[in-house]
Formats: sequence, C-alpha cells, structure tokens
Amino acid sequence: MSANVSAILYLISGVLFILALRGLSSPETSRQGNLFGILGMLIAITVTFLSVGNFTVGFIYVLIFLSIGGGIGSFIAYRIPMTSMPELVAGFHSLVGLAAVFVAISAFINPQAFDLGTPENIKLASLIEMSIGATVGAITFSGSVIAFLKLQGIMSGAPITFRGQNLLNALILISIVILTFYLCSTQSSKLFWTLIAASFLIGFLIIIPIGGADMPVVISMLNSYSGWAAAGIGFTLENTALIITGALVGSSGAILSYIMCKGMNRSFFNVILGGFGGNDQTVGSQNKEQKPVKSGNADDAAFLMKNASSIIIVPGYGMAVAQAQHALREMVDALKKNDIKVSYAIHPVAGRMPGHMNVLLAEANVPYDEVFELEEINNDFANADVAFVIGANDVTNPVAKTDPQSPIYGMPVLDVEKCKSVLFVKRSLSPGYAGIDNDLFYKENTLMLFADAKKMTENITKNL
Amino acid sequence: MEIDPFIFRLSIFILSIFVGYYVVWSVTPSLHTPLMSVTNAISSVIIVGAIIAALSGTDGIVFTSSSIYGFMAMILAAVNIFGGFLVTQRMLAMYKKKKKDK
Repeated sequence: MSANVSAILYLISGVLFILALRGLSSPETSRQGNLFGILGMLIAITVTFLSVGNFTVGFIYVLIFLSIGGGIGSFIAYRIPMTSMPELVAGFHSLVGLAAVFVAISAFINPQAFDLGTPENIKLASLIEMSIGATVGAITFSGSVIAFLKLQGIMSGAPITFRGQNLLNALILISIVILTFYLCSTQSSKLFWTLIAASFLIGFLIIIPIGGADMPVVISMLNSYSGWAAAGIGFTLENTALIITGALVGSSGAILSYIMCKGMNRSFFNVILGGFGGNDQTVGSQNKEQKPVKSGNADDAAFLMKNASSIIIVPGYGMAVAQAQHALREMVDALKKNDIKVSYAIHPVAGRMPGHMNVLLAEANVPYDEVFELEEINNDFANADVAFVIGANDVTNPVAKTDPQSPIYGMPVLDVEKCKSVLFVKRSLSPGYAGIDNDLFYKENTLMLFADAKKMTENITKNL
Repeated sequence: MEIDPFIFRLSIFILSIFVGYYVVWSVTPSLHTPLMSVTNAISSVIIVGAIIAALSGTDGIVFTSSSIYGFMAMILAAVNIFGGFLVTQRMLAMYKKKKKDK
C-alpha cells in the first residue's frame, strides 16, 4: 500500500476517534460513538498490516498474540464488576504505558524496521521523540501500578511520605533531562536503559505520597500521561493516527484532572505534592469533645421518608464499597410508588474516579435523567424534605462554606443541610478522607443511621 | 525552502489538542467514566507501532531481540483495545432514560 494512501487512512481513523469522544456528549449518541472508535481501530490495524506487507510466519504469530491479548481483555471486560472500574482503568493505563516503553525499546534496538536510521546512528529527532515516549510511558506504567494497588487495597491508601521526598523527585527529574541530552549525543544503549529505569522510579515516587481520596485526580492525570506517551511514539513512527489520538487522550485526561481539582478546590500541584492525608490524623484527634448526635433506625428513616414529598439522594464512595446501588434503587422504587419525587445529587469527586457514581447508578437501572450534577441540583436542597446521604461525607460538609480554617474551605459542597431533614447512613462518626469532622452530624435536623449502607437501605425498604 | 515534515506532524498534534479540548468539555459529566475507558482503548492504537516492531524479523527468524518487544507490546495493547471498547460498551448499554409509563 502506498505511503500516501495509508497516511490518509490513518487520518480517517484519527477522525473516527474524535467522533468516538464526540459521541459521549450525550448517552443517546454514546453507543454509536463507541462503534466509531472500534471502526477507527480496525482501520488503523488493517492499514498497518497492509503497509508492512509481511504475511509470512511472523504474521501468524501476530494473529496468535493478538487473539491472546484480545481474549484476556474481553474476559476482563465481561467479568469486571462496575464497582471496580477505577482499578480497571488504572490497570489499563499501566498497559498502555508499558506498551509505549516496549515499542520505544524495539525502535531503539532495531531502528531500520521503522526507517529511523541504523543502531547507534538514529536520527536525532527520532531519538528525542523516542526518549519522550519511553519516559512518559514508563512513568505512566509505574504510576498506574501504584494507583491500581492502592485502589485494590493491596497497598494502603494512606499517603507514604518521607523527608526530602520532593527534593529527591526533583533530582530524578533533572537527571532524566540530563540523561536524555547525553543519550542524544552518544546514542549509548546503557544511557537508554538508565533513562527508562529512572522514569519507572519517578512514576512510582510521584504516586506513593498521594492519598486514596485524591485518586480521581491521579487516575485522570495518568490518563493524560498515557496519551502523551502515545503521541511521543506517534511522532517517532510518523503516524498521524497515533499523534491525533495521543493529543486527544492527553487533553482529555488533563481536563478531567482540572475538573477533579476544581471539585476539591485544590491546585494540581497541591495534590501532586501531597496535600491532605499527611497531616489529617492530628486534625481529627483534636476535636475529641463529645457533641450530641441523634441516631435512628430503619423504622424512623422509613417514617420520615414516607411523609416526604421530595427526596434527594447523595451517594458517595461508601455506596460503592457496600455495593448498595441495587438496594438503593429498590428503596427508591418503593418510594416512587408512594408518589414521592426522588432525584440523585452527584458531587464531581464522589467516588474514586470521574463519573464513578453515575456508572453505578446506571448499573442499578437508575434512569440518567434522575441523576444531577452539583450545580444543577444544589438549589433544590432548600425545597426538598429529606436528603438521604449514603456513603458520602466530606462533599456534604458545611464547614467548607463557613470555616476558613478548615482544610476543605472553599471546596464546592452539596447544600444538604438546607433540607428539612437529613438522613445520614454511615458506619460510625469517623471523619472522612479529609480527616475532619462533619458538622452535619450534629445538626438539629440530622438523623444518623449507623449501619452498613446496603443493610440499612434494605431495612428501610422493608419498613416503607 | 522545503518545510520539514516534522512541522506538519507538529501542526496536526497542536490542532488535535484543541479539538480534544473542545470535544472533551462537551462530554456530559455523567459519562466521564466511559470517557476514561474509551480514551484508554483508543490510546492503544499504539499497537500500530507494536505490529511494525513484531513483523520486523526476517523470514527465517521471527523472534529477534527487537521483535520480542513488539510482540509483548502487542499483547498489552490488544488487552487494552478489546477490554477498553468492550467495557465501555457494557457501561454505555446501562445508561437508560426514564420509561414514559410504567
């Protein structure tokens, strides 16, 4: 296939990827968008086969390896529970990162295959692009692995910090730049391997100090990195499809990180350099004074809800942990039979990744037009009778609006306290991830329901 | 004077960043998780590089030091492509509108 034809086809596949993202502007068009994405991928892969034109023994191996990978991927995609989406996405990011590293290594060892020169005499521009692709890919890989381990609970979600951490990171980053520079002037393979090793290390070090609650930012950031890594490799291979995709994914991840940071009212650097988490234990233990709390049982909650005319449900990560989304939907069905208006309010950083709660509610067959974002629904709390907070905490804390001393001051929160009454399902009074007490627990109109989210919801349904 | 082809690629790259910027801002927040899984799937178009690397061996020798890295990259990217698109499809199939009458 002529180089020009394949270049045009790669361009088409890049455009199809743009359409795939465009489809996500509404749930109705999204499924079609995904098909565009699949089509784009098919075109890119087919064109590559045709332009390499090597249909010998190697091609059979390629098909075998493709089906092995495809089989594993499909198996995971069908089996994964929706509550584990954050882990899955983190895991998948690590694969893209590692694939980028492998492609860069392969191009470094055998540049002829990619038409980039000969070993130890690689074109300067290609070598720079290759190094960027490999570095960012390696950072994506080790960072995502840590994020995966933290989300999966294999590694503690608590931030790991040590003295001189930021200095060490800065030194490694500088050495990566210096290594790249020397690599370009000497073409030494030792330097290339060192560069990759240093990048793996820095990816690891960047993510360990970040706490569990900041995972939405981390996942979005790694999403962005995986895009830049792909773009770096795209430049090396002079492939338009890869360059377009890399740019799309890179900016997508960057926007999501920005939205997540804004949802927590924190700057990106504040999250990266380890903000809350490191000092929260101290803040939490200072306020040990006992304040009166009203607690109730499923019966009380059912009574309050039955007499309400409108209810807003505020789900959070706790709902995902307790797998309570189906029980919640059943409760809402029972409420709707009594002609009670129910809607859902989702905070941008509820859960462990952007849009996490929406997926879980969709899984439980909650229609998406009953689910609202913070700005859409925040004014409705004042008119609602009951707010049912299930597994959320910090995102409802009125302190963010009232106490400038608080670490979460300025963070946009759901105005749950404006409801006539608040039902708060929680296991205990323990503070949330920001490590601060929630004033809402002690309000006159709050009724605490101390229980596992799923069990409590089921019990309420029985009592309705 | 001829323009270096690199400049063309750079132009595509920069313009795509802007396209990505506007397209992603128009994505509804409730679909942010599918957005991440689908971007994940499409970034695996890096498989293109993996295929070239994997097929770089000559007739006699399929597995050279460089093609082995190609094959490994290919498995990883294939996991991601199938896994990413399928899981996105699975999620998107769950988003339903309110039924008119029940």
